[in-house]
Amino acid sequence: MEAKKYQKIVDKHAPKENKTVNLITAFIVGGLIGVLANFLLELYGYLFHISTNQAGGYMLITFIFIACLLTGLGVFDNLVQKGKMGLIIPITGFAHSMQSAMLDYKKEGPIYGFGSNAFKLAGSVILYGVVSAYVFGLIRFIIFGG
Amino acid sequence: MTYLLSFLFCGALCLIAQAIIDNTKLSAGHITSMFVVIGAGLDIFDIYDKIVDCVGGGALVPITSFGHSLIHASLDQGMESGFFGLMLGMFNITATGITAAIVISFFIALIFRPKN
Repeated sequence: MEAKKYQKIVDKHAPKENKTVNLITAFIVGGLIGVLANFLLELYGYLFHISTNQAGGYMLITFIFIACLLTGLGVFDNLVQKGKMGLIIPITGFAHSMQSAMLDYKKEGPIYGFGSNAFKLAGSVILYGVVSAYVFGLIRFIIFGG
Repeated sequence: MTYLLSFLFCGALCLIAQAIIDNTKLSAGHITSMFVVIGAGLDIFDIYDKIVDCVGGGALVPITSFGHSLIHASLDQGMESGFFGLMLGMFNITATGITAAIVISFFIALIFRPKN
């Protein structure tokens, strides 16, 4: 009974998030990152005369660097509060998850602290990515021959 | 044109993710893992390749492109060196992103202190 009452009070006072506003923010923030990505892709291709594949790599490195730096400065968490999933779904979210796991466990030392916890959050993305890519790749390799 | 498509595609993915996180109990970790699997799955029939061709940068930056790059690199190497190539080439394209994330976040973790 007490727990139920408590839950009711908590629900009443929890800040109500407007779902429509969240959706629009996520859409706009994500869209702007997409535009910036396309701009960087074309800029690097134009500046360094490289193929789109290479320019894509440079573009990802730029995003990863910005996300890691902002996480290190402690700004990125506030930005995620505002931009919602618009910042998590692009590669910035991947970089942020690694950087924040490393910073959180920094005080436990270089090996058992941030060394072994670096992939605490990003690990699932890599694991499921590799497993699914291998299984789907195998299916395609057997059916279509590559 | 690619700019508009980039905006719409990347924005739509984030909107779907936001809709999932607001209306279900799944966390951001579930959603990113799910999106990677979807990105790899779409490449069985070359769908994601076509999306990248017309959307450009906007399709390369969401996490779905991570799954796409994995399977793409894996199959390219598979064509070259046969069955074993599927494992050999898995990280050929994504290695840039993963290495960059590891190296950069290591040095930033050394320099900065965690807030709060």
